[in-house]
Amino acid sequence: MIIRVCMGPAGIAAGGKQVLDAFNAELGRTQVAAKVLENCSSHQVGCLGLCARDVLVEVHRDGTKTVYQYVKPDMVARIVQEHLIGGKVVKDWLVDAAYDSFYRKQVKVVLADCGRIDPESIDAYESVKGYEAARDVLASRTPEEIIEEIKMSGLRGRGGAGFPTGLKWELGRKAKSDVKYIICNADEGDPGAFMDRAVIEGSPHAVIEGMIIGAYAIQAGHGYVYIRAEYPLAVERLRMALDQARSRGYLGKGIFRSKFDFDIKIKLGAGAFVCGEETALIASIEGQRGMPRPKPPFPVNKGLWQKPTVINNVETLANIPHIIRNGCGWYAGFGTERSRGTKVFALTGKIKNPGLIEVPMGITLREIIEEIGGGIESGKPFKAVQTGGPSGGCIPASMMDITMDYEALAKAGSIVGSGGMIVLDADDCMVNVAKYFVQFTQAESCGKCVPCRVGTKRLLETLERITSGKGSPNDIELLEELSGGIKSLSLCGLGQTAPNPVLSTIKYFRDEYDAHIRDRKCPAKVCKGLLTYSIDAAKCKACGSCLKACPSGAVSGEKKKPHKIDPAKCVRCGACFDVCKFGAVERE
Amino acid sequence: MAMVTITINGKALTVPDNLTVMEAANRHGIAIPNLCRHPQLTPFGGCRLCVVEVKGLPRPIASCTTPVTEGMEVTTMTPRLEEHRRFVLELILSDHPNDCMTCQATGSCQLQELAYTYGVKGERYPGERRIYSKRDGNPFIERDLEKCILCGRCVKICDEVQGVEAIDFGYRGFKAKITTPFEDDLDCEFCGQCVSVCPTGALTGKLWKGKGRYEGVRETETVCPYCGTGCNITVHARNNEIIRISSKPWAWNEGLLCVKGRFGYPFVKSPERLTKPLIRRASGNFEETSWTAALEYVSAWLKKIREERGPDAIGGLSSARCTNEENYLFQKLLRAGVGTNNVDHCARL
Repeated sequence: MIIRVCMGPAGIAAGGKQVLDAFNAELGRTQVAAKVLENCSSHQVGCLGLCARDVLVEVHRDGTKTVYQYVKPDMVARIVQEHLIGGKVVKDWLVDAAYDSFYRKQVKVVLADCGRIDPESIDAYESVKGYEAARDVLASRTPEEIIEEIKMSGLRGRGGAGFPTGLKWELGRKAKSDVKYIICNADEGDPGAFMDRAVIEGSPHAVIEGMIIGAYAIQAGHGYVYIRAEYPLAVERLRMALDQARSRGYLGKGIFRSKFDFDIKIKLGAGAFVCGEETALIASIEGQRGMPRPKPPFPVNKGLWQKPTVINNVETLANIPHIIRNGCGWYAGFGTERSRGTKVFALTGKIKNPGLIEVPMGITLREIIEEIGGGIESGKPFKAVQTGGPSGGCIPASMMDITMDYEALAKAGSIVGSGGMIVLDADDCMVNVAKYFVQFTQAESCGKCVPCRVGTKRLLETLERITSGKGSPNDIELLEELSGGIKSLSLCGLGQTAPNPVLSTIKYFRDEYDAHIRDRKCPAKVCKGLLTYSIDAAKCKACGSCLKACPSGAVSGEKKKPHKIDPAKCVRCGACFDVCKFGAVERE
Repeated sequence: MAMVTITINGKALTVPDNLTVMEAANRHGIAIPNLCRHPQLTPFGGCRLCVVEVKGLPRPIASCTTPVTEGMEVTTMTPRLEEHRRFVLELILSDHPNDCMTCQATGSCQLQELAYTYGVKGERYPGERRIYSKRDGNPFIERDLEKCILCGRCVKICDEVQGVEAIDFGYRGFKAKITTPFEDDLDCEFCGQCVSVCPTGALTGKLWKGKGRYEGVRETETVCPYCGTGCNITVHARNNEIIRISSKPWAWNEGLLCVKGRFGYPFVKSPERLTKPLIRRASGNFEETSWTAALEYVSAWLKKIREERGPDAIGGLSSARCTNEENYLFQKLLRAGVGTNNVDHCARL
């Protein structure tokens, strides 16, 4: 009998630790094991996926899995008593049908062990065939065979650019040097993205095993995990996992009793988005300011400390042990012709079931939104999905049948990126969305090259003008001109992709830009500068709540007489709109 | 060294394979506009003005950082590239005071020259401009960061050539700037190497202000009088007054100077400066005299001491501010003239 408590980021935030403690205490107190004559254990697991329903608890009893949602510590006693001891499922707290539809279309490869095993136990990882692939590779396979296997699997870099991993390793293998490095890029910085975090927190050994296999393939003796310090739990679990792997001889000198030496160090990032760019990441490890340098030379020839360096993303590396264990043919069986395998997405925004999902490449956006995500939470029309974070773009509702793969998304003006997926509904203003992302890239630009440093600033200022009602008819043209220059001329990927959110929203939602500029209206009623508040005298009951709520003294009115708003004093905070119980405050 | 053959603007060139595209072009007389590249420093790749087109590559590349490869076909000048350069200049000037009228660098400013060449005024993309009102209180170097284009040359020469690392990039995005540790006033050797490589008026000498730019300025090539190193300097003078000292990059000292050579010239006009020899009389007072009288006085005493006490009663101490030749003559005077080996040099003190 096993009880699994979700302790991914959302699980912990919802109180997973307290729930787990409650289970442990309750199991001890009630002596469940003795009563049902079966071993009974409860342990934490990484993200179970459906973060919206956290804390999720899985109970495995008599070969069947039961999942409870929204579990609180005070619910534990009843579950133990009725279900674990009594054998009767507590129906009130079971997950509903949405849970099944959330999982039905998913295919778990990277996340297979995440949510199944205790991430802090190397025994748990080994019990699900962990480190078998690395052991096998070191005992009986050549680096060339490994590279061929990865090439045949069709795996492409999951960090965003989609460069074929096998090819990268081949270049790393061919680079001649006595010292080589392999780096795991865990500097996940896209707003709304938490895939890499969940993988490391849920199955850190898988990443380490992937790195060992990669290091052997390119013959690198040293590895680094560059991980952001804002992920303390991931860092802690990774440290723990590295110590465990070292103590078993999986890292260090002569790993797996071979003649190959390999060890991994952790380097904490200090929270700069640009350090996810590989040359900036290298500079940061070297102790320099995280500023990208032009390529070529590519890191695979001259990387860390000027030595050949292969940099792979967390998810890419976590795929490796599965590909080696199950064969390239198995992996290539998922996905599309040019985008093989599965991809993890962090589904967030206005969706009913936000969470962490893993789907085969080539699944349609519709399947993700409607089936896995359960549709829009508010019930309002789905407007668009933003993929790829600040480097990506928006896919409009009209393109819901687009397949999620590198080529299709690029063609639509967005990217797969690292896997952030923000769902937007009718209440989201697309100009504002673009502004949000440009604000982010502008603030995170390293300042080295002119187009990114100054260009994105001008882009942001133009968007701010438009959203505050001061746009001019030439502004769309200006945005396109600035975007074109920034894309062509910026030094690194940050600048080259920074205009994507602007260009894709202009492409698909030009009418919203026009409405802001020409009609001075924000159709989604988001942009404060374009809103006007007024009171419908017929509906106003003169209750005075708006008068009290107004922070700027813009509302006036006497008892039993309809109130009024003075537009000159109104600061458009919306307080009156929110407090009115009669729908008398109108927002235009 | 291996050679590769590349084509630049249709012309086939055979060049060493360790060059960048820009170096290869420059060697064959093809200039490429740039602001951050400096031959004494490692390439930076930040200004993006030196972009060129390479056949087969989807986007323009920075020629200052891209190594040449066999068979590369490069074009340095197309309408599209010129448009790109204008775009970059427009952006730079949109965040620049554009106060060339009163700027020290006018006439020697590379940004101004490029703006002139491309006819760019910085009016295309108006927007916020960085304002830094705090003035750096150091005595020598005026740091007007509003004029800074973040080319990184000052940071690089301070680090790569002078080995001091007094300044570096700080902050992010539009707020990025070159800064000292904790934004304190600059406190370094004040060699002014940063000033010499700044392509704009962001770094200038505090002593230079208002003294003259190029109108009526006479340049004289000479040797720095401060020490025996003998750096070549260029003295800029107007109305018979030194207003600035610089050094040519092609001088043997490669345009590098120290704080004394670059900024230590106001002594020339100091009222405290000795311009005539003085003799201290028995009363203890100094008395002005002529060079002839002074030299005769010295030689008479040297002779007298040597006769009465022998040559080893005399010793000579020379100055680090003399040239090698002068020091050579001085020891010769002591050894051959006076007959003693008691000769030394103040640099040993």
